[in-house]
Amino acid sequence: MIRAITLALLAGIAPAAADEIWVTNEKDDTISVIDTETLEVTRTIPTGERPRGIVFSHDFSRVYICASDSDAVQVMDPASGEILHNLPSGEDPEQFALHPDDRRLYIANEDDAIATVVDVETRRVIAQIDVGIEPEGMAVSPDGRIAITTSETTNMAHWIDTGTHVLFANTLVDSRPRHAEFARRGTELWVSSEIGGTVTVFAVADQAELAKIRFDIKGVHDDRIQPVGFEFTPDGRTVFVALGPSNHVAVVDAETYEVVDYILVGRRVWHMAFSPDHRRLFTTNGVSGDVTVIDVESREAIKSIKVGRFPWGAAARPTPKEG
Amino acid sequence: MIRTRSLAAAFAALLALAPSARADPLALRVGWLEARAARPPVLSNLDPAPEDLGLAGARLGLADNAASGRFLGQRFALSEVVIPPGEDPLAPARALLSETGLLVVSAPAATLTAIADLPEAEGALIFNAAAPEADLRGAGCRANVLHVFPSLAMRADALMQFLAARRWTELAMIEGTHEGDAEWAGALAAAARKFGLRIRGREVWDHASADIRRLAGQEAPLFTQNLPAHDVLLVADEQGDFARWMMFNTWEPRLFAGSEGLVPSAWTPQAEQWGASQLQSRFRALAGRDMRPEDYAAWAALRAVGEAATRAVSAEPGRLRAYMLGPEFELAGFKGRPLSFRAWNGQLRQPIPLAHPRGLVAMAPLEGFLHQRNEMDTLGQDAPESACRAFEGGNG
Repeated sequence: MIRAITLALLAGIAPAAADEIWVTNEKDDTISVIDTETLEVTRTIPTGERPRGIVFSHDFSRVYICASDSDAVQVMDPASGEILHNLPSGEDPEQFALHPDDRRLYIANEDDAIATVVDVETRRVIAQIDVGIEPEGMAVSPDGRIAITTSETTNMAHWIDTGTHVLFANTLVDSRPRHAEFARRGTELWVSSEIGGTVTVFAVADQAELAKIRFDIKGVHDDRIQPVGFEFTPDGRTVFVALGPSNHVAVVDAETYEVVDYILVGRRVWHMAFSPDHRRLFTTNGVSGDVTVIDVESREAIKSIKVGRFPWGAAARPTPKEG
Repeated sequence: MIRTRSLAAAFAALLALAPSARADPLALRVGWLEARAARPPVLSNLDPAPEDLGLAGARLGLADNAASGRFLGQRFALSEVVIPPGEDPLAPARALLSETGLLVVSAPAATLTAIADLPEAEGALIFNAAAPEADLRGAGCRANVLHVFPSLAMRADALMQFLAARRWTELAMIEGTHEGDAEWAGALAAAARKFGLRIRGREVWDHASADIRRLAGQEAPLFTQNLPAHDVLLVADEQGDFARWMMFNTWEPRLFAGSEGLVPSAWTPQAEQWGASQLQSRFRALAGRDMRPEDYAAWAALRAVGEAATRAVSAEPGRLRAYMLGPEFELAGFKGRPLSFRAWNGQLRQPIPLAHPRGLVAMAPLEGFLHQRNEMDTLGQDAPESACRAFEGGNG
């Protein structure tokens, strides 16, 4: 009781509500909302079944959630936590990427070997594109011209022309590609391969391979090093790579493609998100059911926060502007 | 290297290779050859073997390959030959080998070896998708046979690692008299020795005349009363003939493992981690039933062909074999680690799930069982103890 009052007082004195990290809990059908200053869970919000991918609209007035087993992308009001409506997503949506136009959502339909493009305003499916088996990773280039999906069993990155929605290239990568991101202002594409244990960097211009990054952690067998999600610092110089059941996050120099550090986190680390000020990184640790907070500058894990069962996706929401 | 090139570059490579390659690298046909063995009669009618056991896995592997192959212009096809019990398997095998040099065989060990020794099988690549015997991977190995099905030793080692990890070191064993029971009991006993566990007592259940379905409450306590003290009761009853009714009817309250209770196998419907739920749901959509170990092995054979064909850009059995046995090959098999073939006997190294009918208990290799090369090589015949000589001189 006293604690609640103190918090309320503090909240009153503080400039505004804090920045937040939103984490989807795959096996709890909830989202845990973490305050990036207090590092506490402030809200737990129910979602559809098996929430995985999560992304905010550009103005943060909406949050999109892949509710995989509900076969829907849910649109939520982040202030109230209420589901506003569902988008037609195709079956088993796992990950998605929002086009720079803030309207087109590119969705990977894992069970259907299809990528679905949905207009979030008209709530209509614009296109469905045949891709490889178990599409998972999704990315859209900063100029909006290229969408990428990675297929876990076909072991390819599929390059989609967003103007025609036709595949214009398919590049083989190592086994079980999970995540894709454009880098260096859209000139590079990075793809992680979970079973292959590598991250491949492609030149976007000609889809040629520029580098393949391998990882090596003392005392951890290679088979346990399974890259999944990764995120770049805003200056583009450093990338943090979640290494799954090795329970580590790698720090990679994005210019030399060299691994410079490993950070011990929770068990089976999947994905991550930076706090809006980019001082802290929050990793989702599926098996241990927690989130590790990493201090970006010192590259040290400073806290682990208990969330729901099997935390999976993560996205940052800056302090809402007071109306 | 092909894996790094774009589609356009891969095509250029394919065109460059085409004139010299013996087979069209873009068209792969795999033969499914199943020689059915008569099943011994068992007491229970609860679990009939599916008509498409194994074959359904091959069909799923084909579909997975085809879906991937179309992005590289590769086409996959499957010729299915099923031979009824008692009929000669060699003539159909010859016919199939004239059609393709890539064969997935579901047959008893002796039939498999006879097929591998056919003159037509020289230079072919045959996948053993059903036979678990040690000899096929040991002294009786054949250079043209790769084993996607795990050996009895791999399964037994997986179970003993688990029991050792739990420190359940005192064991007793009951074995049946059906085909396969004695071999499985032997593998369990060898694995127990390997991991320092003690089988205190062994009994053979040969009460063929007793209907244990009705009499378990009287028979099983008496039968197990004289076993020495044990933590876990091993049962070698691969046909499911008696042990299922002994559970909970033993003199002492003890867990079962082996053929009943905690069972090590190539695959279990209880697997859902590591993306396994996707494979399970794809299989259920195709076959209308759960995926079994034989299905998984056949699926893995097709996928190994697909993976090697895509990476090595070849349809030629010899080149595919070389690639599969080489260090580059890895197969994502939904068991949490990349699968590969042992260069000394052609066995697919793979984790072994330990499950009961309602849940996954553990995945072997268990943590702490270390190996200088690959932890999965703590399961089954390792290179130093292998009697297989046909693979010598191979790479790696």
